[in-house]
Amino acid sequence: MSVFRRFFVAALSLFVTLAALPVSAQDAQAPIQRLLQEHGEIIAKSSRRTIGPAIDALAASGLDEAQTVLERWREKEMWQNKDTGLFVYAEEIDRRTIRAFDFATGAALGEFEDKAYKQLKPNSGIRGLISAALVRFQLTDPNPRARIAALNAIERDADESHLAALRAVVDAESDANIAQRMKRLERILTIRFAEEDAERIAAIQSFEGDLGVDVRAALNPLVVTQLDVDSTVPDSPDVVRQIEPGTDALGLDAAYALLVFKDLAVERISRDAQKAALIANIDGDTVGGLQVASLNTETARDLAYAALVQQGAVEAAATDAEVSETLSQFVFFERYSAVSPEVALAAHAVLKGIENKVAVNQTIDLGLDALSLASIYFLAAIGLAITFGVMGVINMAHGEFIMMGAYTGYVVQLFVSDYTLSILLAIPLAFMVTFGTGVAMERLVIRWLYHRPLETLLATFGISIALQQLAKNIFGTQARPLTAPDWLDGSLVFNDIVSISYIRIAIFVLALLFLALFLIVMNRTRLGLEVRAVTQNPRMAASMGINPDRINMLTFGFGSGIAGIAGVAIGLYAKVTSEMGSDYIVQSFMTVVVGGVGNIWGTLLGATMVGTLQKGIEWLNPSNTLAAQTYMILFIILFIQFRPKGIIALKGRAAEA
Amino acid sequence: MTDTTFAPARQPIVKRYPVVLVFLGCLALFTLGVTILSEGFGIGVISTSFVKTLGKTLCLCLVALAMDLVWGYCGILSLGHMAFFGLGGYAIGMWLMYARTEIIVVQSLSAAPLPPTAQEISDGIATQIFGVVGASEFPPIWAVAHSLPLQLAAVVLVPGLLALVFGWLAFRSRVTGVYLSILTQAMTLALALYLFQNDSGLRGNNGLSGLQNLPGLGHVPQSTVSIWFFWASALALGIGFLLCTWVVSGKFGSVIRAIRDDESRVRFLGYPVEAYKLFVFTLTAVIAAIAGALYYPQAGIINPAEIAPIASIYLAVWVAIGGRGRLYGAVMGAAFVSLLSTYFTGGQAPDINLGFYTIQWVNWWTVLLGLSFVVVTLFAPKGLGGLFDLIAARTSPNRHGADLGPDVGALREKEAEK
Repeated sequence: MSVFRRFFVAALSLFVTLAALPVSAQDAQAPIQRLLQEHGEIIAKSSRRTIGPAIDALAASGLDEAQTVLERWREKEMWQNKDTGLFVYAEEIDRRTIRAFDFATGAALGEFEDKAYKQLKPNSGIRGLISAALVRFQLTDPNPRARIAALNAIERDADESHLAALRAVVDAESDANIAQRMKRLERILTIRFAEEDAERIAAIQSFEGDLGVDVRAALNPLVVTQLDVDSTVPDSPDVVRQIEPGTDALGLDAAYALLVFKDLAVERISRDAQKAALIANIDGDTVGGLQVASLNTETARDLAYAALVQQGAVEAAATDAEVSETLSQFVFFERYSAVSPEVALAAHAVLKGIENKVAVNQTIDLGLDALSLASIYFLAAIGLAITFGVMGVINMAHGEFIMMGAYTGYVVQLFVSDYTLSILLAIPLAFMVTFGTGVAMERLVIRWLYHRPLETLLATFGISIALQQLAKNIFGTQARPLTAPDWLDGSLVFNDIVSISYIRIAIFVLALLFLALFLIVMNRTRLGLEVRAVTQNPRMAASMGINPDRINMLTFGFGSGIAGIAGVAIGLYAKVTSEMGSDYIVQSFMTVVVGGVGNIWGTLLGATMVGTLQKGIEWLNPSNTLAAQTYMILFIILFIQFRPKGIIALKGRAAEA
Repeated sequence: MTDTTFAPARQPIVKRYPVVLVFLGCLALFTLGVTILSEGFGIGVISTSFVKTLGKTLCLCLVALAMDLVWGYCGILSLGHMAFFGLGGYAIGMWLMYARTEIIVVQSLSAAPLPPTAQEISDGIATQIFGVVGASEFPPIWAVAHSLPLQLAAVVLVPGLLALVFGWLAFRSRVTGVYLSILTQAMTLALALYLFQNDSGLRGNNGLSGLQNLPGLGHVPQSTVSIWFFWASALALGIGFLLCTWVVSGKFGSVIRAIRDDESRVRFLGYPVEAYKLFVFTLTAVIAAIAGALYYPQAGIINPAEIAPIASIYLAVWVAIGGRGRLYGAVMGAAFVSLLSTYFTGGQAPDINLGFYTIQWVNWWTVLLGLSFVVVTLFAPKGLGGLFDLIAARTSPNRHGADLGPDVGALREKEAEK
């Protein structure tokens, strides 16, 4: 056995020596190879912490081959000869054989047993460093895509060396778009890394009023301040402001902790530390002469601790009186800590200008948000504006009509995979389904209950509960997707702050269309005329040859059908669940009631008010949409106190109908 | 005074309303029966959890009584009474949770070398209670949670004040009918949404839990505690029934029924309609809160979902099915529907196999309930209570098909007879 093994090893080593021979033909004195050899050890060691100098040396060498080395290295294609220590790049032919190339000349060196070579496998951290170093090579790449990729890489993770690299290429750039980006990036990097203050200030001021997030990201670290303390405020330009301890900006504890940190005051003992010290000094059943059992108040513990201090058992700690005494001897102030005060002040001034502009733009953005929320509420409420506003029928199952419309859209999408077509099909189908349900409901239930609003409310509640559970039984409790077509994806972007998604625009347009449809139907058609007649005086209308039963049925169906279409739109924007209707029902009624029952313009105003209000409250307390809804409902309850008939109150005969 | 000489001598309430005696008798018999059959005090035929279900049902009957008083007698369809019910539960739950956690914390701190300070105990309790919502300090609304009498006062005062303020605002601006219903529903929704927040100070959607354990009575088995609460619920229901009967019996009752039937006419007669409505609204809110305070220690847990508007709608469903405008009807409706709901949604009801589809009651009960509610509203406005009229053949005087009340919203006799 052992003989065999020995023979095998000998043969192998012979083979290796033979195989290595041609490599020694490789030029060990080529500049790139010399550079690699210089850092051979740390390259072979491959540790993220030590690799830095090697990569920097390669990147700074100015050798054309350095880019190849870095790229091959990153792709795990660099190999090191185990005997000579020379580096090559190679491709694997099969699992055991590699084909090696010389870095200096790019010439093939031949095929080798891979045992003779060690593959360098940089980890992801090192690969990141290599990529960063490669960026400067890519900046001069003839392919514009590579240059854009390089700019993206710099934007993601810039370092000092990129500034010089960028400056070297920025004037030579031929592509106008890329040149513009390069210039901007160069200025940002100047702000971040330039040595000269004047340069930085010039770059900072060039960004006056720029809304880009990158600018703010570059400027914000410059105006970082640090809390400092002294006996008087020093007369130096970097002092930003003085701070009184005990205010919101600086708590008493924090102020004192700073003094202790600067060795200007004796440490204060925390309750826990005091307790630990007392426990450590328990002697029998007393501590510092006090009974242990009596130490159940803070005053008693302070007394015991003071006694221990007198005995010399523990270190003295500052009492509350001493703390405030010490605090009053010092002034606290903030100073710019990151950069020289001139740069910081310039950055501060520019930032302030930008922030004002940002605030204006945010307000516009908030306005757009509020508008789109308002159009959603309007969509949800417009069906109600017909059934409740015009007919006076309280339909608590209105939310379930919205849900049915959304589920119709979902079912259509199960059969029609083209999203554009499916939405176009879903809208009339949703109208038909909910129109049918609405007519059936009117015939079976509601017509028996006209003039008994409370009973209508209850009966439609029953229907609402049943429909909701029915949807749960059919579609399950989890949310179902209703996918918008591709052309509704994405947003209309005005600048870095103001943007609005196309779906919201679509909903807004749909809301306007519905408003127009409502106005046309009610004011310009025979049906509308008859509806108005029947609502105002059914008997008189009947004697004029109008069939009130038929009109009521159609009107209720029309309102329900519109709710169904609204359901498709809302389903695109929110998730389709069996409870989605109940999310909107109270808000919808609020919208109609706040706006003024029986007037479509009132509903529009009501929706605008409710939407704006909710977004406004959310803006005051952004983390909490629940609170926004709570306060909005409270506000509406109060609002109804002052205008019980809504914003637009009907007057005269119509009000009594 | 000459007025009094003409007034007939006032008889005791039980004589004028024999139904009170019948009701109290039935309740007493029921209580006695359950006690004898219970595990805690009797032969153990009824399980402790079922005793709790029965006790909870009695509380629901009590809140249904309140609902009947405010809706069936005064015509205010409030969709907020389950919110008052929940607030009562929260008020008592705060004390239960605080006191029990305090015992645990004091016990764990007593092993420490130094006796704990008040601050340390309070910090320990706060960490225990609010750990789940990432807080460790007591919010201001827990200021009196350590004291049972003050928290018991809160059971009555907090919902009472809320009802008073809300009712005053609503009635003052003459919000009536469906508008009032929607407004109360909005109030309920706002309250539920508020409580759902983690920083509401009441543990967000975790709610308060462990309420079935009475502080200091850890050694008493749940089978005994459940009977105690059952008795308390029965007693509260009995007293509530007497109180409601008394309220609706005299001149006051006539006035609120008149408000239900034609509010403006009563106002023109010189009665302060708002004050009457406000009194009934607040009184019933307090009754609902007391019912809640008895309900949740039996349920063991309360969370904001219990306050959601749908709960108040179910309350209206119970009263409507039981028959509004008669107190025993509300009690019957609540007991009947809530027990049936427990039966069907508890998974005990056998599935019905139709061959092509199996009806699982857990899923289909709600559909059936919703539809039967529609049917009751349409065809049996008197609800279950109407059955008693059939037995007693006691119908309202024939008004030849006219409205039972003067306004357009009132029942017509034809419908009432169905």
